Amino acid sequence: MEGLTLSDAEQKYYSDLFSYCDIESTKKVVVNGRVLELFRAAQLPNDVVLQIMELCGATRLGYFGRSQFYIALKLVAVAQSGFPLRVESINTVKDLPLPRFVASKNEQESRHAASYSSDSENQGSYSGVIPPPPGRGQVKKGSVSHDTVQPRTSADAQEPASPVVSPQQSPPTSPHTWRKHSRHPSGGNSERPLAGPGPFWSPFGEAQSGSSAGDAVWSGHSPPPPQENWVSFADTPPTSTLLTMHPASVQDQTTVRTVASATTAIEIRRQSSSYDDPWKITDEQRQYYVNQFKTIQPDLNGFIPGSAAKEFFTKSKLPILELSHIWELSDFDKDGALTLDEFCAAFHLVVARKNGYDLPEKLPESLMPKLIDLEDSADVGDQPGEVGYSGSPAEAPPSKSPSMPSLNQTWPELNQSSEDTAIVHPVPIRMTPSKIHMQEMELKRTGSDHTNPTSPLLVKPSDLSEENKINSSVKFASGNTVADGYSSSDSFTSDPEQIGSNVTRQRSHSGTSPDNTAPPPPPPRPQPSHSRSSSLDMNRTFTVTTGQQQAGVVAHPPAVPPRPQPSQAPGPAVHRPVDADGLITHTSTSPQQIPEQPNFADFSQFEVFAASNVNEEQDDEAEKHPEVLPAEKASDPANSLRVAKADSKTEEKTAAGAPTNVSKGTAPLAPPPKPVRRRLKSEDELRPEVDEHTQKTGVLAAVLASQPSIPRSVGKDKKAIQASIRRNKETNTVLARLNSELQQQLKDVLEERISLEVQLEQLRPFSHL
Amino acid sequence: MAVCIAVIAKENYPLYIRSTPTENELKFHYMVHTSLDVVDEKISAMGKALVDQRELYLGLLYPTEDYKVYGYVTNSKVKFVMVVDSSNTALRDNEIRSMFRKLHNSYTDVMCNPFYNPGDRIQSSRAFDNMATSMMMQVC
Repeated sequence: MEGLTLSDAEQKYYSDLFSYCDIESTKKVVVNGRVLELFRAAQLPNDVVLQIMELCGATRLGYFGRSQFYIALKLVAVAQSGFPLRVESINTVKDLPLPRFVASKNEQESRHAASYSSDSENQGSYSGVIPPPPGRGQVKKGSVSHDTVQPRTSADAQEPASPVVSPQQSPPTSPHTWRKHSRHPSGGNSERPLAGPGPFWSPFGEAQSGSSAGDAVWSGHSPPPPQENWVSFADTPPTSTLLTMHPASVQDQTTVRTVASATTAIEIRRQSSSYDDPWKITDEQRQYYVNQFKTIQPDLNGFIPGSAAKEFFTKSKLPILELSHIWELSDFDKDGALTLDEFCAAFHLVVARKNGYDLPEKLPESLMPKLIDLEDSADVGDQPGEVGYSGSPAEAPPSKSPSMPSLNQTWPELNQSSEDTAIVHPVPIRMTPSKIHMQEMELKRTGSDHTNPTSPLLVKPSDLSEENKINSSVKFASGNTVADGYSSSDSFTSDPEQIGSNVTRQRSHSGTSPDNTAPPPPPPRPQPSHSRSSSLDMNRTFTVTTGQQQAGVVAHPPAVPPRPQPSQAPGPAVHRPVDADGLITHTSTSPQQIPEQPNFADFSQFEVFAASNVNEEQDDEAEKHPEVLPAEKASDPANSLRVAKADSKTEEKTAAGAPTNVSKGTAPLAPPPKPVRRRLKSEDELRPEVDEHTQKTGVLAAVLASQPSIPRSVGKDKKAIQASIRRNKETNTVLARLNSELQQQLKDVLEERISLEVQLEQLRPFSHL
Repeated sequence: MAVCIAVIAKENYPLYIRSTPTENELKFHYMVHTSLDVVDEKISAMGKALVDQRELYLGLLYPTEDYKVYGYVTNSKVKFVMVVDSSNTALRDNEIRSMFRKLHNSYTDVMCNPFYNPGDRIQSSRAFDNMATSMMMQVC
């Protein structure tokens, strides 16, 4: 295949034709059907067409690539000029007029085509080459429209089409794909204005002529009253609509146009020069849709369930695949039901499809359901309101969807907030045995909730479908509760199925929040006898706190990693008033405490020792020890008894110790459980232990002993908080002290080591001897 | 950065399978098929009473030399299987989870379409296709 040289005009013309045929926007391959139509419009005999196709290589390749297409076009020009078809003739025939594509009907086409070719020399006026079409053969109205059209045509021809052309370069997607299939297969619906002869090549700007004429023509055309039969239903309103939508096509019925021309056609709609949207629903259409909606669902603010909608749209006899796609497009919030807006959009798409228009890839803006509160004043023409979709300003297309940005703004916030919620909440809230800490947790949670913008956000999309709101609140509640309570993540992931949110991010976040919070180990299960009290407290806490719709699966209090907290200032609790009852009741609130009851009972006697050893109030440590205890839970009461006894021994030692020892002893025990366990294993090990360790274990024991004396009696939040603050501070100081002591020890040991090494060095030379 | 994404119905027949076209697709189909056994094993290991608490994300089903296979089961026993390239070490567990979550969401969207009969192959949903394509090309 030789290379093809094209003049500039030819180049432009061919590329326009190519893009016209390239309805799938592949930029590489044109649709064969469209190309065939074009060739038919070239008024060449069939065998010539076949020959052309063969020559350009399309039959070989099976498709029309760009080069094939151009070659074919050139060959068409060659054939039309009467030259024999040869491969060489592509380049040898000079000064070839542009190929002409005409519809057989209209003689004016040829005139027009002639004007086309005559203008081909004039490069600059390429846009001018696209005069408005001389006239469309209106099937029904015949010459009337012709007459009306023609004067307009000539008038329009004067207009520089360039201003018209340019904005169309980036038309909304809908006109792009808004091509007519060949009308013929579209069934009985399209008999009247839509049936027509072969495709007619109409350049840009044709619609300008058509619009007003079309309106005048069709204004008197009133849709027949709606009937039960779907097919005939679709007939009248849609056709009238389509005509108004696409006036140029109204004129031609079978006109084939490039993207630009289509947009031009739409642009001049009703004698107004406003840029219009082909997917706009007219008032009467809208009314019709609303009536149809009412037949299914009398409440205009309600939903049509999916099944009813399915039946309804199945009556249209469109293939299920297309109906499915229409549904996908029109169910904006993905909830499986159609609101009025969604229903109208779907109906409109069905109607369009039945009349041969391709379905768009994305929902056109004018069909997007109106989201009231999310878009402020940005009713950018596209969704001006219920009725009256007309007159959309030109800015509509550039912004993808006026409602979407605000929608997007809202949801990401929610996402973040839910994420934050998820992240904020797994605060290691202590699993405390006392009410105080539960209240502390409650305070913490409310505090984080205030920072959590979910609640205001929940208020915001209040006008959204209720489902959205409820579901979103459920989601956030789920986020909260999951974070708090390790409730089953599964129950929440099932929520997205009902949630009518178009933003998957939101769901993914709420979905992932269980995942994010899952890692912390689940809290130890409450013992049966304690679960009631503890869970009651927790539930109360939670419901008060979240205040949102509870998914309410919280079974356990938030996890408190039962780690031995190093910050344990081992100060034995000052809470002297330890009676066994107090201990037991105290332990009753902490789920893990049950097995410890005997411990506490035993420890009570050592409290005195503990008290003597400790200088400071150490409520905190006492409370922290419940966490330690779970670690030791493995020990049965017997062991703990032994522990208690060991404690007594160590404590005696401790008591005998120097004040420094005591201070050391009060230093927090780094691994509290370990010494305890050691004691459990064998008490004899205690003796050989280093003094400091002993001291520390003693302190630990003291602390353990003091544990039971947790201020059950203190019931006030403030006091509790202050107490805990105090405790923490004390813990801090104790820890600091321990740290310094250990550092000191470390230094000493290092010095020893150095001295030993020096000795070694000295002795070494003698080792040879 | 999945190499292959598959949606398997409850009865263990595929509803949707998609792999990066460069490779030999049959190989991936086979991998997915064999992974179903592992999935079943993981499901049954959970026990009777723990259905609700069973985690949807199953994690790494099994690694092969070149690929790793991850699984995810919904509550209705619809399984998602994803094959990723082993060379893609940067792919963390969380990312896989999020990919599965997206899959799940898209799947529920498809379900919401009344014209989709559960049990059909997922052919009609362009949104689902787009999402799957994006996952296969993402993080490249």
